Amino acid sequence: MTETLNVPASASTDPQPDPSGADAKPAKGRSLWTDAWQDLRRNPMFVISAVLIVLLLTMVAFPGWFTSASPTVGDLTHHYQGEPRYTHFFGEDWFGYDTQGRSVWARMVHGARASVLVGVLVTLSVTLVGGIVGLVAGYFGGWLDSVLSRITDIFQGIPFLLGAMVVLTTFTKSNLWVVIAALLFLGWTQIARVARGSVITVKQSDYVHAAKSLGASTVRIMFRHIVPNALAPVVVVATTALGGYIAAEATLSYLGIGLAAPAVSWGVDVSNGKDALRTAPHILISPAVMVSLTVLAFIMLGDAVRNALDPKSR
Amino acid sequence: MTLLEVRDLHVDFQTRDGVVKAVNGVNYSVEAGETLAVLGESGSGKSVTAQAVMGILDMPPGRIPKGEILFHGENMLTMSKEERRKIRGARIAMIFQDALSSLNPVLTVGYQLAEMFRVHQGLGRKEAKARSIELMERVKIPAAKARVNDYPHQFSGGMRQRIMIAMALALEPDLIIADEPTTALDVTVQAQVMALLADLQREYNMGLILITHDLGVVADVADKIAVMYAGRIVETAPVKELYRAPAHPYTKGLLESIPRLDRKGQELYAIQGLPPNMAKVPEGCAFHPRCPAARDICRTELPPLAEVDDARGSACHFWKETIDA
Amino acid sequence: MPERRENSEPILEVRDLAKHFPLTQGILFKRQIGAVKAVDGISFDLYPGETLGIVGESGCGKSTVAKLLMNLERPTSGTVRYKGEDITKLSGRALKAVRRNIQMVFQDPYTSLNPRMTVGDIVGEPFDIHPEVAPKGDRRRRVQELLDVVGLNPEYINRYPHQFSGGQRQRIGIARGLALRPEIIVADEPVSALDVSVQAQVVNLMEQLQDEFGLSYMFIAHDLSIVRHISDRVGVMYLGKIVEIGTETEIYEHPTHPYTQALLSAVPVPDPETEDGRERIVLEGDVPSPADPPSGCHFRTRCWKAQQRCAVEEPALALPENFADTLPEQPVHHPSACHFAAERTAVIPPSSR
Repeated sequence: MTETLNVPASASTDPQPDPSGADAKPAKGRSLWTDAWQDLRRNPMFVISAVLIVLLLTMVAFPGWFTSASPTVGDLTHHYQGEPRYTHFFGEDWFGYDTQGRSVWARMVHGARASVLVGVLVTLSVTLVGGIVGLVAGYFGGWLDSVLSRITDIFQGIPFLLGAMVVLTTFTKSNLWVVIAALLFLGWTQIARVARGSVITVKQSDYVHAAKSLGASTVRIMFRHIVPNALAPVVVVATTALGGYIAAEATLSYLGIGLAAPAVSWGVDVSNGKDALRTAPHILISPAVMVSLTVLAFIMLGDAVRNALDPKSR
Repeated sequence: MTLLEVRDLHVDFQTRDGVVKAVNGVNYSVEAGETLAVLGESGSGKSVTAQAVMGILDMPPGRIPKGEILFHGENMLTMSKEERRKIRGARIAMIFQDALSSLNPVLTVGYQLAEMFRVHQGLGRKEAKARSIELMERVKIPAAKARVNDYPHQFSGGMRQRIMIAMALALEPDLIIADEPTTALDVTVQAQVMALLADLQREYNMGLILITHDLGVVADVADKIAVMYAGRIVETAPVKELYRAPAHPYTKGLLESIPRLDRKGQELYAIQGLPPNMAKVPEGCAFHPRCPAARDICRTELPPLAEVDDARGSACHFWKETIDA
Repeated sequence: MPERRENSEPILEVRDLAKHFPLTQGILFKRQIGAVKAVDGISFDLYPGETLGIVGESGCGKSTVAKLLMNLERPTSGTVRYKGEDITKLSGRALKAVRRNIQMVFQDPYTSLNPRMTVGDIVGEPFDIHPEVAPKGDRRRRVQELLDVVGLNPEYINRYPHQFSGGQRQRIGIARGLALRPEIIVADEPVSALDVSVQAQVVNLMEQLQDEFGLSYMFIAHDLSIVRHISDRVGVMYLGKIVEIGTETEIYEHPTHPYTQALLSAVPVPDPETEDGRERIVLEGDVPSPADPPSGCHFRTRCWKAQQRCAVEEPALALPENFADTLPEQPVHHPSACHFAAERTAVIPPSSR
């Protein structure tokens, strides 16, 4: 990937000073994170995914910059005749109209908000909750681990759709936050299990024993030695899950227990589009492509970050 | 006829950093009933050579650009895949360092032994099982009849290595290649396993190639030794002569750098530096950056394996001085 | 040197130290169904400036001893006194203070260094934890000094562990262990993962550092040759117990315990001519499980001398009865836990060179 790849060749001249100059970079203040950033900047996979995600986040924050059409107001004259006109960049009819004569492009732009918010917020909260549970259970072990692991098992045992239905139907009015809460409620166990296993593996490393025998505090051992080394599998699972949460939101919306009609989301649009799949496939395909692109961007990002945080892969 | 002869064998690996020449012109031979020890540190090419002989080298990234491997006078490198497969396991068998990962954990030991007979000799289930029990008794596993239905993890390390030996012996091969067979075992168990291997070799008059880094194990069982460094044989000699008067500075350094059980000794002699990176082997004699006797010629000219006497060779420009020192 | 112990107080006194790992069953409500007696009552002293070697086969409990001394495990019973203070009961600040004086070198140089920290961070971490040892501005210089002491280029401070070979990584681990200027270093198989030609470098470095800093070493290994080379005194462990302990000469040239004799006779000597004149004691069978050790003497199931008495009465680690009349100067005069302790010659023949 970069020219720092595989340095052992120059390390083999020890104990003489190393004349090969592999370390010619300025040496001041290098840490794991600055090194990771140096590596990321030069990684095309990171650049592409970062651009996509920044674009997406802009769309979420300022939908007005991308389209002037309203996603909710339909003009029934466009009903069913809205063939996409792919040459009209950013125009109202760029991706055609849906069954109710609303601009598909406008709905894609405005729908980003719900999908991205659900995906990102659920992933973050799930990682936080699951990560903490996993870290505590894995690090302290004993009865605490037994109790936390059994609770995790109980939650894992709840069938996803049934669980989501029960949670969502107990709230009379379902909005974005309720959907996020429901997904967090059912999703944190996956991360907790991965984090626990990862923490247990890392905890047994000799460098953790070494830190302990130096008298390092629990907090130091956890956050300096265990978390950075246990993070990789969690990051991978979380980024893959992110796509799943966006899809889950779509599923719930499709079943009528997630986001409902006045709300705009890619999930709502996919379920709307399925009725007209034969006659007007663009209504379904356009938001579906957005979902795929978003998922892909986050997976690429996660992969790049994971590689950058692992000095061995550099 | 010589049982196995390796002639001018070269092995390359294609890696991200370019071509790594792991083995560069290795020659050795083993007769029936003879034990050849191939001694070397990690990365010396000792295991890669054995894998090439056995035909289990991963190709790609591995490649054999040059060389011959003659088994009973036939070059195995030009044989068809089918012919080689028939030799592997049946006539040349291999024992690995890690017996636990070499055995399938979900099948009983008896099943895995019996499989050898069923696949290669077409024996029936019952007969194969009887032969397996017989074989387990051969390698001195106590209560073989009762333990034949146990799984690999139920055996201790030493017992597992015995099972590996039993599997290698199953088809009465002409040649056994043992890659660090006792490295993972405790000393007292090590001694048992080596004694067993030596006994069986005598009994079946097999050739044995013993790949190891342990100079002590070699001293006990080998007839002759080939010392490898950076993909080449740097010294070859009958075992006693090599220990009495090494003819290569690397061998000499190794012998002096290991502490001895039978004397206390002062500071250890330490070979300076590190084994070379195989992607960047030094020019001339690969050992010259670490050699206390290196001169100008060593930096530029690769020393050939010079004949010290009929049975010995040394790849050092100054072998005469080394042997006399 | 053996004479050191007469004229000084031990720096570390271990008494009846035991660690039993419970074997449990059940998921939420665990009940104990047995115990693995990894360390089962051992006692020894460590004197300032000496090296005490502990040898034994895998599963004999020697690594657990290291963890107990380092307070990485709490013992089931027994005491470890450092300068008279029992460190097994300490916690918090008092424990942290003691830790400055006892440090560890680990076996596997590939897992003992945090792969996500630079060499500078690894060797400097002791100063972060004990800021009183080095002022903040001085740390970088101190780290570079330490790297220099262990024979590494101080400019490597910003490299990551994976950029080094095994031997170099072990040097980094030693530098970390030295940072707080400890008095005792517990080394658990410090060279067994290294290439033969590199082992000697690391052993020499450890000896040189011992002289330079007046360190006391607990050198735990399975390689009897290396232990003899580096140790002043040696203890032999079998199934959680020390079966024989004495000076290097006493153990290697005049062993009186059958297990020590078998162990020594099994070690191959890199010299075919010496090998030919040697007697081999090949032990039958494997080491029994420490969850279910034999009654009486733990070694009796593999011992050629075993008699009825061995199954009933556990031999104590003391000067054996039949050597009671020997003078302390005589090499057989040392503790050996065997009812039938006796010398046996030709276990290690005299060196041919």
